[in-house]
Amino acid sequence: MPRVSFANVTKNFGKVVALDEVSFDVSDGQYLCVLGPTGSGKTTLLKLLAGLLKPDEGTIYFDGKPVNNVNAQDRNAVYVPQQYALFPHLTVLQNVAFGPLARGKPASIALETASKALDLVRLSWRAQALPNELSGGMQQRVALARGLASGAGLLLLDEPLGALDARLRLDLRHKLRDLVKQSGFTAIHVTHDQDEAMSVGDEIMVLRNGRIQDYGPQRRVYRRPASIFVANMIGGASFLEGMVDTTVGETALISVRGGLTVQAPSTTLTLTAPVILALRKERIRISRDRLEMENVFKGEIRGVRFLGNSKEYLIRIPNGDIIASRQFAESEDDAFKVGEEVQVGFLEGDAMVFEYPAKGLRNELEVG
Amino acid sequence: MSKIYGNIHALADVSLHVEDKEYVCILGPSGCGKSTLIRCIAGINKPDSGQILIDGKSVEQTPIEDRRIGYVFQDVALFPHMSVRDNLSYGLAVRHAESTEITTVTNEMLDLMNIRDRSKAYPRELSGGAQQKVAVGRAIATGSHLFLLDEPLGALDAIVRAELRYELRKLASDLGLTVIHVTHDQEEALSIADRVVVMKSGRIVEVGKPSDIYIAPQNLFTENFVGETNLLEGEVLETNGSQCVVDIKGHRIRVSGFGKKVGQRVIVSIRPEFVPLTTPSEVGWKGVIKQVTFLGNLNRYVVEVDGGIELITEESTAEYSTGFRVGESVSVLLANDAHMLLFDYPKEGLEKEISLE
Repeated sequence: MPRVSFANVTKNFGKVVALDEVSFDVSDGQYLCVLGPTGSGKTTLLKLLAGLLKPDEGTIYFDGKPVNNVNAQDRNAVYVPQQYALFPHLTVLQNVAFGPLARGKPASIALETASKALDLVRLSWRAQALPNELSGGMQQRVALARGLASGAGLLLLDEPLGALDARLRLDLRHKLRDLVKQSGFTAIHVTHDQDEAMSVGDEIMVLRNGRIQDYGPQRRVYRRPASIFVANMIGGASFLEGMVDTTVGETALISVRGGLTVQAPSTTLTLTAPVILALRKERIRISRDRLEMENVFKGEIRGVRFLGNSKEYLIRIPNGDIIASRQFAESEDDAFKVGEEVQVGFLEGDAMVFEYPAKGLRNELEVG
Repeated sequence: MSKIYGNIHALADVSLHVEDKEYVCILGPSGCGKSTLIRCIAGINKPDSGQILIDGKSVEQTPIEDRRIGYVFQDVALFPHMSVRDNLSYGLAVRHAESTEITTVTNEMLDLMNIRDRSKAYPRELSGGAQQKVAVGRAIATGSHLFLLDEPLGALDAIVRAELRYELRKLASDLGLTVIHVTHDQEEALSIADRVVVMKSGRIVEVGKPSDIYIAPQNLFTENFVGETNLLEGEVLETNGSQCVVDIKGHRIRVSGFGKKVGQRVIVSIRPEFVPLTTPSEVGWKGVIKQVTFLGNLNRYVVEVDGGIELITEESTAEYSTGFRVGESVSVLLANDAHMLLFDYPKEGLEKEISLE
């Protein structure tokens, strides 16, 4: 039995449809990451789960029982909002003990639970501090400890790392996942940051304009994204326009605009159907020597971006399109320079083929 | 320059030169003083000591509005009751520019920022990224050549930030602007800056080109802050002046290190992308995979090596290898010291030195 279910849930705010007939299941102990741009409906989804909002249509189930009319405080879920909302007049320990106390646990038990939670987030040494004496990162950990101590089996995390500096987020995202997994809770974690989503989630759900674009184990969603929007949202890619020319056995030949031919896995799309080819940046190889791959073209380096542990190269291919290649941990001697002519290649299996989107490519890639 | 609030040195003796048409990013954690710094340059804050010179002239006596600096905040601050066009032309209208000039420049800005089709829209109808473009266009329309950007992309979704930063950079290049751009995001700074200024606790820690401060920083804080790294505590066993043999909990490695003494406590730093893993072999350190995280373009492993040392390593999934599993035995090959850096053990302890908060 799924821990949580949404069955055709719709939520409107006036004329705005925040969630549109959304259905999905979450199983016990799962760490689900809901990824989507601002305005996609992710916070609405969490608030519906928390009981802070009621659906206009459809039903929400917890352990098989409908909870549409169950108050927030009677649901076994804790909502951790983005602006932590720690009680400013209570100490860290009191803040963390609040959940169990509010549920009627005796003070001694509540404090013991709170102490354990603080230990987990390694802030026992600040138990007597007031929230405003703590840094942002520490406040986030207190908010998380409060969630863990609450005893609720379902953790609803709304951009839990959003208020933190980039470098701190890098550190804490892995620790957050470990903590949640250790506690055995079911977690639904909302974010707009795909690096974060990939680091924490067992499964990823991609939302856009109130609808689910894709939902599945993170490896599958990355390797076989359901749409161009999803491919762009998670991992990014270069996109080429073309059409299906012929199919020979397991291979489809795609005519790319401007006179290129690309070998891709055979597709169910009809001949001459317009398509978009998506190429992941790390699956594009650049070399000064010959490449032994199904798809190899001459290219010219048009741009280099330094990203620390990797470089991103912008390469012009013979039809005039620019594609991006991400080279990881490259030594300075091997680095390519703007203007250099290179061989660019990718495997047939790495060419992702999508039906040409009805509203055009630009619309499909728009994330605000 | 210094700026003091009560007991706190928001800025402590900070000195910086920015060249004409340079794009400088000031990078540091919250509270490091980066915003205070550019607010002093803008004239919003007054420094308690020191000087600010623009084009060689002191601006101490110059009020904000006369400093001819374009300023873009994180919180966009567009006029909500004005259309995009009116927001863009505001600076010029206030200066009583000719109406033909206003129209020409505003149209230029609309085209430059690629929002001509949204000229009649109101801010609330625009996405975060589009709003920020209007804010930038408004600043450029004033004709300034010096720009101060205070976390201009901070309020935007990650994916929009990653796209817009390159547009910002290109704009600055095309228009010949001098830009000082404050950010807490090291990837942002590395990818667009000519030079990066790293700050901590009111001081400048290090300044350099992006590749220099990532590959060979002088400072341990910089090494840890700009990207991830493994920091291993050890002791110098041998040295010949330029190379050291370091003992790390019973393991030995050879690292370049100038001026170290035998018996000295040191930190060896090695970034995750330079920690190669292989199936168990005779050479290298023996270890076990404790954790595997698939990040899409990378596999991230936490490896525990004999002696209780934990190493983070990252490998591109483009390697077409099957990858390792939790519990699998591996060897860590740290033979190539080209990517390892040696630092003196910090006087105040490691945690304090690299602390982000």
